[in-house]
Amino acid sequence: MKRFLLPLAIFILLVGFLAVGLKLDPREVPSPLVGKPAPAFELPILQQPDKRFTPGDMRGKVWLLNVWASWCVSCREEHPMLVALSKRGLMPILGLNYKDKGDEANAWLKQFGNPYDLSVVDADGRIGIDYGVYGVPETYLIDAEGVIRYKQIGPLTAAILEQKILPLAMALKK
Amino acid sequence: MRVFIFTVLVLFSLPGISNDNAQRVRQLEEKLRCLVCQNQSLADSSAELAGDLRREVREQVNAGRSDEQIMAYLVQRYGDFVLYEPPFKPTTALLWVGPFVLLAVAVLVLVATLRRRRRAPEEPALAPDDKRLVERVLGPAAPPAGRDGSAR
Repeated sequence: MKRFLLPLAIFILLVGFLAVGLKLDPREVPSPLVGKPAPAFELPILQQPDKRFTPGDMRGKVWLLNVWASWCVSCREEHPMLVALSKRGLMPILGLNYKDKGDEANAWLKQFGNPYDLSVVDADGRIGIDYGVYGVPETYLIDAEGVIRYKQIGPLTAAILEQKILPLAMALKK
Repeated sequence: MRVFIFTVLVLFSLPGISNDNAQRVRQLEEKLRCLVCQNQSLADSSAELAGDLRREVREQVNAGRSDEQIMAYLVQRYGDFVLYEPPFKPTTALLWVGPFVLLAVAVLVLVATLRRRRRAPEEPALAPDDKRLVERVLGPAAPPAGRDGSAR
């Protein structure tokens, strides 16, 4: 009897590890950028292509940077949430329009609503690389000193917004 | 004549330089993971991001940056995950050392088991009762025959 107990214990342990492993999301790669200053850039603004924006303009504010594109399907999924959030006026939301076409991006905003204070255009995706973007949509919470405090890869959910991002943003505002 | 030889040498060495770079680019791409299709290297992946990152690697190689600099550039943005071969760190120690620890444990168990087996008294092949039963059925034991038990 006893000689079966050890293999059984090992088996149960293994099942336990595998069960936990099954629940983990391999797409959630920990970002090395959290806790680091948001990479600088200077990009044209989507609606006013002759004007440019840099993250330095947001010094002193806690804000969200949302990476989106009109070709991105999951962006549609999270978009209503961003629109609702912008209506509450809790913090500025800026968009990084990633590898998109200007007219398509504008049409998309017209169709689904524009939650962004402004969107900047990253046509060739270089700034996206600086921000470690690999799965649009992605959302960054950036504090008053310009440090990235949180990064969401993939669409925002109500739970993540209410339980993680908003409490953190409120704490950072103080 | 000298000018001619010089020109030929230069012409032959030029593609050599760019070939070297192309090879370095290729090697780097093999060592880097595509973050979109996570089980493919940058070299293998056809994801758009992989294309962008390949462009980035190519440009940096051509700009004369070292392999270490380029890897550091990507790790800074995407984390260690972008490397196919994770660096040895406290968090990855189990990953690197684990298999060897398992191997050592397995060898120890094997040696212990073998020793225990050698020490244990050998059981008689047949219990006396069984032997008698066999003799009754098959007749008395034949004299020892060849190794395979057949009489020649």
